[in-house]
Amino acid sequence: MVHAPTLTPTTEESGPQPVRRARLRRRRGEELTKVLFVAPAALAMLALFGYPVVKNLLMSVQDYTLRTFFTGQAPWVGLRNYTTVVKDHLFSQAMVNTALFTIGSIAFQFGIGLALALFFRRRFPLGGVLRSLLLLPWLLPLIVSSATWRSILEQDSGILNRTLMGLGIVNDPVPWLNSPSVALIAVIGVNIWIGIPFNVTLLYSGLAEIPVELYEAGQLDGATGWRGFRYITWPNLRAVASVLLVLGVVYTIKVLDIILGLTGGGPANATQTLATQSYQRSFVDFKFGQGAALSNILIAISLAFAILYLRTTRRAVDE
Amino acid sequence: MSDSVARRAVYTAIGVLILAMMLFPVYWMVNASLQPSGNTLTAGFLPLDPTFAGYRRALSEQGHNLVTSVIIATGTVVLCLLISAPCAYALSQFRSRWVSIGLLAILVSQMIPGIVIANALYTAYEKIGLLNSIPGLILANCSSGIPFAILILRSFMLSLPASLVEAARVDGAGLVRAFVAIVLPISKNSLITAGLFTFLFSWSDFLFALTLTTKGGVRPVTLGIYQYLGTQVQNWNAVMATAVLSAIPAIVLLIAAQKYIAAGALGGAVK
Repeated sequence: MVHAPTLTPTTEESGPQPVRRARLRRRRGEELTKVLFVAPAALAMLALFGYPVVKNLLMSVQDYTLRTFFTGQAPWVGLRNYTTVVKDHLFSQAMVNTALFTIGSIAFQFGIGLALALFFRRRFPLGGVLRSLLLLPWLLPLIVSSATWRSILEQDSGILNRTLMGLGIVNDPVPWLNSPSVALIAVIGVNIWIGIPFNVTLLYSGLAEIPVELYEAGQLDGATGWRGFRYITWPNLRAVASVLLVLGVVYTIKVLDIILGLTGGGPANATQTLATQSYQRSFVDFKFGQGAALSNILIAISLAFAILYLRTTRRAVDE
Repeated sequence: MSDSVARRAVYTAIGVLILAMMLFPVYWMVNASLQPSGNTLTAGFLPLDPTFAGYRRALSEQGHNLVTSVIIATGTVVLCLLISAPCAYALSQFRSRWVSIGLLAILVSQMIPGIVIANALYTAYEKIGLLNSIPGLILANCSSGIPFAILILRSFMLSLPASLVEAARVDGAGLVRAFVAIVLPISKNSLITAGLFTFLFSWSDFLFALTLTTKGGVRPVTLGIYQYLGTQVQNWNAVMATAVLSAIPAIVLLIAAQKYIAAGALGGAVK
């Protein structure tokens, strides 16, 4: 906070004029230094987040295409880009796929993550090492995971179909990534695998925060096993869980790498989401205005969850 | 609540089993990269007859892209830490209403999809000539690195006792000198942690590589793998060898960051 020491002279500060000036100069220099600590980061955030958001809003109401780069012309078209992308026959399918992808991914990531976190809370030899090695799928580049799963899911030679057929579970190879009816399930499955480690880690640290005394007291009242989870673990985990779920939505809804790497949105658009649609409009069709309109719809959905997130964290802090 | 030795051994066995299931794809990646034919149809569960032909091919075709990725990721780490460290210190120690505004901005920035950033940067880069350039990709990768580094560094710097810096200030050091000579050395572990994660983020970047490069000159290895997937899926051993090479930073981080996070926590406990 900037104070003006000359306006409120105390006995200390009312020294001879040159000393006061020097002190004031030093104070001003210090305020300037403080600004310089933050300025590079503030500029970077403006350039990397502020500018793109504003630019996307502008582009979404312009006829911004490849031609624009040559002519410099991007005529204003009002909301026409939005009506074009929403009326497109793929839009409703992309919306449904986005919802299925997000809800399916998060439900299983969270459920399996919670089960594993509860398991690893038990003390046993190597527990900590095993739990940290579990993080590996989350740290791998997404395109590396996509490539690996592509080889595992290959219809004729992939190890999954060979194993399933060897065990007699299926008679014919399952076209995991080549059939419109199965591809979305396969892509969700891979995304669940990628997300489990993050869920385990956050839920485990949430569990570690619950005081042991609660369980000791609970044991006296007969709250063990399922009742212990129902009346002690879950209520104390709820703040972490709700933050995790909302973060999950915000991250999952914009996933692009995994889908592009596994199916490219196909077959027959079975795995197209809002994010892949936005990518295709902008960087395959070079209709940047329409791509921007779609990604703004994506931001609006994310923002709704962001507000929910901020409200949840505030409540979690208040409690 | 003392579990018997036998029961704990059973838990360890279950834990190993869970880990084996979760990491099977990673094992399969390594296994497939060592298979001779390059055709997974004949690939056994064990690389009994390992060959490095896949790696030779990966290095000759993707070696250049691996170097490009190293340069981009290193550049991103340097730029991110230079920008984030002073800001994290300011957000942890300075008293101002701007602190909560800054933190809110960082939180909200996490909600912006990468495609929005790519969309805008593409049109801007086209004008100023940053398409197909390493500085262009470094700058774009900072969008994931800077907010993350600020949050990591700030949470560490919040625990720094104010008396440390005050002592130096009494001795006549300015804000900048106190920061460089005292705060940064003490924050070494958190700087390394933030740096490792930032390296991994930009090493893993695929979206910006895909959208902000239009011709072959600058091509990170993630894009190399993607192009393999489009054209080379008959040669899985070369694709998987590239995948293994691209997984090395993740494995190093898993081992190294563990050490530094633990060291940081221990250091905090001792003082």
